Amino acid sequence: MIAHNTLVVLLGCAALGVAAGAVGCFALLRGRALLADAMGHAALPGVVGAALIGAWFGTDPRALPPLLIGGAIAGALGLWAVQALAATGRIRQDAAIGVVLASFYALGVVGLSVVQAMPAGAQAGLSHFILGQAATMRTEDAWAAGLLAMFCVVATVALFPRFRALCFDAEFAALQGLNIRVTDAALMGLILLVCIAGLPAVGLVLVVALLVLPAATARLLNQRLPGMLAASCAIGGVSGVLGALISAGHEGWPTGAAVVLVGTAFFVAALLVRRA
Amino acid sequence: MTPLSIRHLNVFYGERPALVDISWELPRGLTAIIGPNGAGKSTLLKAALGLIPCEGEVRLFGTSLDEARARVGYLPQRASVDWDFPASALDVVAMARTPRTRWWGALPRREREAARAALDEVGMAALADRPIGQLSGGQQQRVFLARCLAQEADLLLMDEPLAAVDAATEREIIRVLQALVAAGKSVVAVHHDLASVPHVFEHALMLNGRVVAAGTVAEVFTPAMIVTTYGPSLAEAEAAD
Repeated sequence: MIAHNTLVVLLGCAALGVAAGAVGCFALLRGRALLADAMGHAALPGVVGAALIGAWFGTDPRALPPLLIGGAIAGALGLWAVQALAATGRIRQDAAIGVVLASFYALGVVGLSVVQAMPAGAQAGLSHFILGQAATMRTEDAWAAGLLAMFCVVATVALFPRFRALCFDAEFAALQGLNIRVTDAALMGLILLVCIAGLPAVGLVLVVALLVLPAATARLLNQRLPGMLAASCAIGGVSGVLGALISAGHEGWPTGAAVVLVGTAFFVAALLVRRA
Repeated sequence: MTPLSIRHLNVFYGERPALVDISWELPRGLTAIIGPNGAGKSTLLKAALGLIPCEGEVRLFGTSLDEARARVGYLPQRASVDWDFPASALDVVAMARTPRTRWWGALPRREREAARAALDEVGMAALADRPIGQLSGGQQQRVFLARCLAQEADLLLMDEPLAAVDAATEREIIRVLQALVAAGKSVVAVHHDLASVPHVFEHALMLNGRVVAAGTVAEVFTPAMIVTTYGPSLAEAEAAD
């Protein structure tokens, strides 16, 4: 019999895996994996800033929603900064990603030390946002993850023709009357949503793997997009469950890392299967 | 109504002008856009299709692009997309039919059949279900042509439809282009192989950042005009061929 707490973590991680699997397909095909990594790292100063504001007003430092909203704002700001830098044409996008990722993260680390110097437990659990700690997941967090998964799956299925056209040939899609800016923004919004939702459980360092691994594995096993999308959701969900089980069975193993390692095992297996 | 009319078009890449004061009316029939590398041939197509910002006026069938969108087809350069994309040949061609579903839901059977018919027109029906990454360059070009046909447009703008294809594919594509013109469509293609211009095309637009000459091939595709368009060295090299 699985303890209630483990079950919550298990379902939460499965839902997160499904959501990331769905969105990750299009993130990969649009070449947005590095940008997702930058958004995850850029979220840290937002999380810390939200904790500081919360401490000022004396709110519960363990309440997740304000922290995640702070993270989402900072992540979106990071995304905007990358695109604004690249749009100047003076540095390439990969360099812009490097600059933004590192500087936002460094700002977050400095902020973290400021918060930790404060009394009253304002820092409670903030450092978990870096490497993740799914074990502290509460029932309502698992519910939220489940809703998120459903939303991401419904959104990717509903927007499937648009996202596919955008990822394969954006100019042709534009000529056909697809609004590229809006469609691209919707995709980036979903990527940001998954990155931020994955922060508490998986951590900002590993959250990009949640998007990339199931999708990359599914691509190796599928030659058409609908199959890839379904496989990616399944692999993401199963990775979440197995990772949570493994970490529950080993005292002190971080769940996020276990989920990512399971995902990596699937990826390597798919590589070997598809070598022939 | 003329299918494509361009007046005083300017395009800049940053500070650098790519096209200067282009005024041109596309004639009926099969037209080649020719000029050296960097002459702005692809840029002209993209500007006409509203894919890059430009100054000046572009009219399609006497109206704006938004009004005429359904009547305009485009074949981009083959290298402009990732051929490792998870899709079959039929999937790619079927994407031309997506706007008819208003971008929602699965493609109805009749739209998929229309896409299959377009593949058949370019001799690719047997490979409809093959992943695009497993197709040869010539086959990929035929898939792109089929996608362009599946748009069922009256004006087709093609960016190097004959670039880097085998002889059989080249003959096949030329046959399709001529069939389109015979069916009353207007086709304009960026073209690189000067030697084949007189055999394939009726009209030519000679471009080098500006319009050097435009008219029937017999009128404008002359040695003197080629020298003006390309500079003396390439014209000599072509003559020596």
